[in-house]
Amino acid sequence: MKLSLTRRYDFAASHRLHAPNLSDAENQRIYGKCNNPYGHGHNYALEVTVTGPVDPATGMIANLGDLDPFVEREVLAAFDQKNLNEEVAEFRSTVPTTENVCREIFRRLQSFPAARLERVRIEETSKNSFEIGAEEYA
Amino acid sequence: MIRITRKVEFSASHFYHNPNFSAEENRRVFGKCNNPHGHGHNYTLEVTIAGEPDPATGMVLDLKELKDILQREVMDRMDHRHLNYEVPELAGKIPTCENIAAVIWQLLEPKITRGKLDRVRLYESPNLFADCTAGFASTNGAGKRA
Repeated sequence: MKLSLTRRYDFAASHRLHAPNLSDAENQRIYGKCNNPYGHGHNYALEVTVTGPVDPATGMIANLGDLDPFVEREVLAAFDQKNLNEEVAEFRSTVPTTENVCREIFRRLQSFPAARLERVRIEETSKNSFEIGAEEYA
Repeated sequence: MIRITRKVEFSASHFYHNPNFSAEENRRVFGKCNNPHGHGHNYTLEVTIAGEPDPATGMVLDLKELKDILQREVMDRMDHRHLNYEVPELAGKIPTCENIAAVIWQLLEPKITRGKLDRVRLYESPNLFADCTAGFASTNGAGKRA
């Protein structure tokens, strides 16, 4: 049996999908209304899954007292109430699709010291979700 | 292979306390979960069974049978109970989401006669859940943090 623990967080951010190496017409064709130059926003739900042995002294894979401040520092402080294109360095050169946001959040969280990061899953809206596992990230 | 999932909800109280820790250490490690009077949650349990549908019935496992198993093994043991005091399977363990999910896995696995137990997902709240899946050998909630 394998155990994992998943914690869910929320952040609100704006973005615009635009690839600078494509023409305006191509950007419009590919990204549609997501290419609106003024951007738009979402309430993102972020699920962070960690795995590892359960410490018998605490009954925990990871203490939320460690995980919550780590996610706050590494991700939420940088992403919540921000414009992802303008304010997150990674997205100056990478289109902030939620696929790429997943990958960037995985990169930021993989150094969590108390347990192994197994999966990052993001709901961009209640109808769209994206996820990346440790095997896919590697 | 098809997976079927049944959901049940139970309400229970618990608190986190390790008798080997000092009072101060218990507060530091467990925070407000260390309140000795306990607190409670509405737990949501999702149990997934994987298997091939029986050609005669079209079912992996009759959901009514699964419902009865969940009632007997989980609801009767844990619903409206204090997990620290009233569930023998959790005796000596901190009743965290991880440990409760592992105990539920161990209770259910031998009772599933058609299909195989594939996943136990236990939500302590909408923002926190533990998954127990068929994986490497059982750790029985033991093992040291790396």
